[in-house]
Parts: sequence; C-alpha cells; structure tokens
Amino acid sequence: MIVLAVLVGGAIGSTLRYLTDLIVQSRHASRMPWGTFAVNVTGSFVLGMAAASWASNSTAYALWGTGFCGGLTTFSTFSLETVRLSESGAVRIAVLNVVLSLAVGLAAVSLGWWLVRL
Amino acid sequence: MRFGNIWREIDLLPINPDVEAAPTPHPWSLVRANADLLPFIAVGGALGSLARWGLGKAMPHASEAFATSTLVTNVAGSLLLGILMALVLEIWSQTRYIRPFVGTGIIGGFTTFSTFALDIRYEVADSFPVAMAYALASVGGGLLAVLVGLVTTRAVIDRGRA
Repeated sequence: MIVLAVLVGGAIGSTLRYLTDLIVQSRHASRMPWGTFAVNVTGSFVLGMAAASWASNSTAYALWGTGFCGGLTTFSTFSLETVRLSESGAVRIAVLNVVLSLAVGLAAVSLGWWLVRL
Repeated sequence: MRFGNIWREIDLLPINPDVEAAPTPHPWSLVRANADLLPFIAVGGALGSLARWGLGKAMPHASEAFATSTLVTNVAGSLLLGILMALVLEIWSQTRYIRPFVGTGIIGGFTTFSTFALDIRYEVADSFPVAMAYALASVGGGLLAVLVGLVTTRAVIDRGRA
C-alpha cells in the first residue's frame, strides 16, 4: 500500500512539476528559473502541512509527502539551472536563485507546518 | 564585482516595452503540444520517487539528525542530471523522450527540494550547526555534482570525437 502510494504520488507530482515549469517559463522573459522556484516553494509548503498532519510511516504521508511533494519538487534541476546560469555569466542571478530558493523554501515549509499546528 | 544593475539583469520586464513581444502561447496549446511526454514523465517520476523512498528506508535517521539519505539522493541525482544533460545536448539532441523520461521523470522524481527544506527545519530545532552543515553540503554538493557530471561527460564526448 505504501509503495503504491509513493508511485502514484510521485507520478502526479512529477507531471505537475513539468506542466507548471512549462507554463511559468513561457510567461516571463527573465533568466531567473521561476518555474522550478514555484514548484519547490509550493512543494515545501505542502510538505510542511503533510509532516504536521500525518506520521511519517502512514499511507497518507507516503502519498502526499514522499510521493507528491517529493515528485513535485526537484533538487537536481535547481542545481543544474544554477550551474548553467553561472556558466553563461549570470553569476548574480545564480546566487540570487540559491538564496531566494533556500529562504522562501524554508519559510514555506515552516508556514505549512505552523498553519496545521496553529 | 558590481551589484548595481542586478535588477536590470534579472530583466523582469520586456527589454523595450514599446515593441510587442512575441505572442505568448496559450497554456493549453503548450500542454497539448507536449501531451505525448506526460506518460513518460509520470512513469519516470513514479520510479524515481520509489527509488528515493527505498534509499530513505535503507539509510534511516532520526528526524532531527543529519539527513544523510536525502543528501545522498540530491547529490547523486544532481550528478546524474549533469551527465544526462551533457549527453542530451551533445549527442541525443534529436531524441524527444529521453530527457522527459530520465531527466524530468526519474531524476527529477528521485531528488527532492521539499524534504531538503523539511530536514533543515527539523535540524534547526535541535542543532543549528548540524542544519548549517546539511544545507551547505546539499547545495555545495549538488552544484559541484552537476558541474562534475557536465564537465567529465563533455570531456569524454570530445575525446570520442577526436
């Protein structure tokens, strides 16, 4: 049951990440990777809520936390986009991407947790 | 290093607001044009997520302790994505399904930013130095891994072509 929940959550989260990135990236002209930023912040917020709501060994957490939020967010694309920004000379945007993703991601996970435990 | 024109570099606005930019495609037409990729991303994402879950099971840790399993996942996934992107850009530029299936799906589903953020939240509550070390190792390790993957794969491809 847990395995199935991780599979289904991961499939939905990953597809939603692709669609969000596709649409967000088509709607701005800046070099900042707002698409990945958007999924990572949203996923961190939802994971904060999930972690505050369910035990980490529950099926609900496997579906929404491990599967959906894990699939929705991505660390590898975040790293890749940062490196490619630096390679292309946009070092300041690369630094901004790291600082902003960390700061807003951490705030989002805490806010999600806090809203449930309020 | 100049920080003065950072907001210009970010370029939040069109370069010349008087010139009509290329029409932005409607979201639905973008989705339709790429709908054939979605099953590959879904299956890849499911497999990548399961692999991440399995690795977490194999390397358990207390929630407030240094999250080694997430660190290994994110650094290894970044290395793999660096290798894949060098291959996709240099050799497999004509393929349509490799990047969505392996990159967006498997590797994207394997690595996680949300668990990374949650780990830091737990660690901060217990020990600030542990949280700092984990954040630095994750970000530094991820960036270095992408770079190593890109550079070594490009070098191997260039040697093969020479």
